[in-house]
Amino acid sequence: MSFLTLSHLQKSFGATKVVHDFNMAIDKGEFISFLGPSGCGKTTVLRMIAGFELPSGGSIVIDGKDQTRLKPNQRNIGMVFQAYALFPNMNVFDNVAFGLKVAGKPKNEIEARVKEMLKLIHLEHLADRYPYQMSGGQQQRVALARALAPAPQVLLLDEPLSALDAKIRVSLREEIRQIQRQLGITTVFVTHDQEEALSISDRIVVMNAGKADQIGTPGEIYNRPTTRFVANFVGTLNVIQATLVNGSTGALKIGEETLSLPQSIEGKADDSLISIAFRPEAAMLAGPSTGPAVLSGTVLSSNFLGSVLRTKVDLGGNIISFDMFNQPSAVLPKAGETVMLALQQDGLMVLGD
Amino acid sequence: MKRLWAWAALIIGLLYFILPLVGMTNFSLKMRRGEYSFDAYAKVFADSRFHETFSYSVWMALLTIIFGVFLVVPTAYWVRLKLPFLRPYIEFITLLPLVIPAIVIVFGYIRLYNTSSWLPLTGSYVGTDILLVFGYATLSLPYMYRAVDTGLRTIDVTTLTEAAQSLGAGWVTIIGRIILPNVTVAVMSGAFVTFAIVMGEFTMAALLNKPAFGPYMQLLGANRAYEPAALAVIAFGITWACLGLMQLVSRLQKTPQRPV
Amino acid sequence: MSTQTATQAKGAAPPGQFRRLPMHWLGVVPFAAFVLLFLILPTMKIVIGAFQTPDGGFTLANVSGLFTSSILAAYWISIKISFTSAILGCLIGFAMAAAVVLGGLPRAIRGPLLTFSGVASNFAGVPLAFAFLATLGPVGLVTVFLRSELGIDLRLLGFNILSFWGLTITYLFFQIPLMILIITPALDGLKREWREAASILGATNAQYWRLVAFPILLPSLLGTLALLFANAFGAVATAIALTGSSLNIVPILLFAQIRGDVLGDPHLGYALAFGMIVVTGIANAIYIWLRARSERWLK
Ligand SMILES: Nc1ncnc2c1ncn2[C@@H]1O[C@H](COP(=O)(O)OP(=O)(O)O)[C@@H](O)[C@H]1O
Ligand SMILES: [Mg+2]
Repeated sequence: MSFLTLSHLQKSFGATKVVHDFNMAIDKGEFISFLGPSGCGKTTVLRMIAGFELPSGGSIVIDGKDQTRLKPNQRNIGMVFQAYALFPNMNVFDNVAFGLKVAGKPKNEIEARVKEMLKLIHLEHLADRYPYQMSGGQQQRVALARALAPAPQVLLLDEPLSALDAKIRVSLREEIRQIQRQLGITTVFVTHDQEEALSISDRIVVMNAGKADQIGTPGEIYNRPTTRFVANFVGTLNVIQATLVNGSTGALKIGEETLSLPQSIEGKADDSLISIAFRPEAAMLAGPSTGPAVLSGTVLSSNFLGSVLRTKVDLGGNIISFDMFNQPSAVLPKAGETVMLALQQDGLMVLGD
Repeated sequence: MKRLWAWAALIIGLLYFILPLVGMTNFSLKMRRGEYSFDAYAKVFADSRFHETFSYSVWMALLTIIFGVFLVVPTAYWVRLKLPFLRPYIEFITLLPLVIPAIVIVFGYIRLYNTSSWLPLTGSYVGTDILLVFGYATLSLPYMYRAVDTGLRTIDVTTLTEAAQSLGAGWVTIIGRIILPNVTVAVMSGAFVTFAIVMGEFTMAALLNKPAFGPYMQLLGANRAYEPAALAVIAFGITWACLGLMQLVSRLQKTPQRPV
Repeated sequence: MSTQTATQAKGAAPPGQFRRLPMHWLGVVPFAAFVLLFLILPTMKIVIGAFQTPDGGFTLANVSGLFTSSILAAYWISIKISFTSAILGCLIGFAMAAAVVLGGLPRAIRGPLLTFSGVASNFAGVPLAFAFLATLGPVGLVTVFLRSELGIDLRLLGFNILSFWGLTITYLFFQIPLMILIITPALDGLKREWREAASILGATNAQYWRLVAFPILLPSLLGTLALLFANAFGAVATAIALTGSSLNIVPILLFAQIRGDVLGDPHLGYALAFGMIVVTGIANAIYIWLRARSERWLK
């Protein structure tokens, strides 16, 4: 039995339908990310869970209780906003205490709980600061503590890191994940940053135009995208055109080279054009020991990205990128050079439409 | 439910504002017994005192605006450019006229610049005119300064100045040819408010014994029945025109003035 | 901030050139001179004059001359009118601004309301008095309507336009719009996220207002209250045009005094004016004090 269930959730603003039939079952203690481009409806779904927007259809059930029509203050949910949204007229202590105070908790209980929360985010020493006296990262941690203080059933975070510097973004996301594990709180995290989603989620929902395109673990999403949109949105993807030679054996032709996929390809006539996709790390420079799936191409450019070298190659009209791990002895392929590329066969994906 | 309250608050509020406007318009049209007519307006427009005081106030308003621009634009510019730490103090000073009653200020003028003082402005006709312009400039200072300062905020004063200096421009050129054109919109919105203030001002003009529009209206109000209502309608029209133009102008400001 | 450092750096930069700091100050000399001559000195003159005998000696007689029952009554009624119209202006203006900003009314209303507020807040003085006389005066539109159509006689109910309430209602015509003009941006400054954060933390709408929105708005509210008070306290033209000299309020008293109509003792005039400065000064001191207390959370 799942803990948080969204069934057939829909939302229209006037005539425009922003969320279409969104379904999702989240287990207790799970960390779920909603990933998708800006404007695809992530925030809208989150705001429906929080109760800020009334769904046009469908239901929201938490722990067996239907919450679809409850007001935000009747639900037991914590939320962290992108722009921190700390109350500027209260110091850190009062911000964190707010939810307990309006719930009418006794003073000593509030004090103990706030101290506990501040310890959790390592900001005990800043209890007297006002929001304007703190950095963005500190404010967002306070916002997290404020959301967690009333012990909510579900924690919602709407792009909580996108207003922060790159360095803090990474360290804070790890901190959020660690706190989430420690408390075992069911969490929905909205982001448009795929690296963020891949690195901290139990499962990811890739959203596209108001629908959940694919739901799966980070590995599934990255390695086995089920739609062209997911494949394109998550990670870098090379797409090349190939001609199907024999669907049942998985044999196909790219330019003059023939190679076969590990699986058969159904639903396509032989001799038809199909799109084959692979990640930059699924291609490598061909050596003497590599197998038959070798393609030749012309190097367009090569970039040093730190731990990897990324090279752009023209493969018979298809521009693709491939990565090599950096080694001190590595030599960058030069533009204009001809290279032989070997493709890992289990890294090849056939794209649907 | 909430929307119902909102509408109620708004409508009751608006009723309060509309009734006096309807009242004065209605009254201004009732000079002729039993029917509506423009007799009150005809009487007002036929009065030579109306023409004299009205044009006197228009002149005063224009002089005040010119003086205010010459006073405020270079100062606000200079403070932003060279003395930014003075801004809070200057801002405080420019807000003082909202707090010190005009009647107190003009009383001070009368005592300070009387015929036996070191600067006997009240001794001559032109002297009092000058004093009145200065008084009006003081009253409009909060509005003028704010408008210009806000306008300056939207342009990069430092960069513009350095660019002009590198081309060999002097201070007069910089302020007159570069800064002023860039804050025209702000200056104009300050100017319209100033105009509206001066046209309706009563206290200073009355106590300096100047034949301005405000004292004229008061005098007429004490002696006539229908003409004052007509004057009120006219004055409201002037205020409306000034503020309307100001809105129009500041809306222009929001769209970029030049393609960049 | 950045302009400041840039300027300082520039001031020190050009090698071989004098650092002529005083030159910078020359730029504000005209403004300083104007403000000194036509704002500060005239006010100082009043303050000093209030403590001087006609031949320049120090005295407290002028100020103690204020403590007659009629002058004290004039101050009292002025303060009452100013305070009442400021409070009512704040409340009503706030209600109207809140209705438009937060009440879910169509956005199209905002522009016209703000424009109208700009006009109405400047439509003070003599013509405003005429408008109210034509409306609530003895033969005004509303008075006549109530009497002939509904049989309600405002006079019998004790209402008179030349009275405390008459003046207060008239002053509201510029007080309310001023409040709307000042408070609308402040209401816009209330972030939607604050309300949402409060409600998801379990707060009711009333708790949100009491604990978050009201404390955040308080500095603006106090500032506006002080401004509205000063605005009404110094309003001469409306009062004179409305009541002639039948209502005993300070600005009218001072006006008559300056004109030489009534009292004929110039130094009592100083004292009257000084009293006005003291009253608005106290109002603003209270404001600054309250603001400092309510605004610890601001930079
Ligand atoms: N209150 C609203 N009224 C009208 N349209 C809205 C409203 N809120 C969001 N939208 C529209 O819904 C779509 C999805 O928005 P949102 O959920 O905020 O996207 P995301 O968070 O994924 O960037 C956008 O096209 C946005 O313009
Ligand atoms: Mg969003």
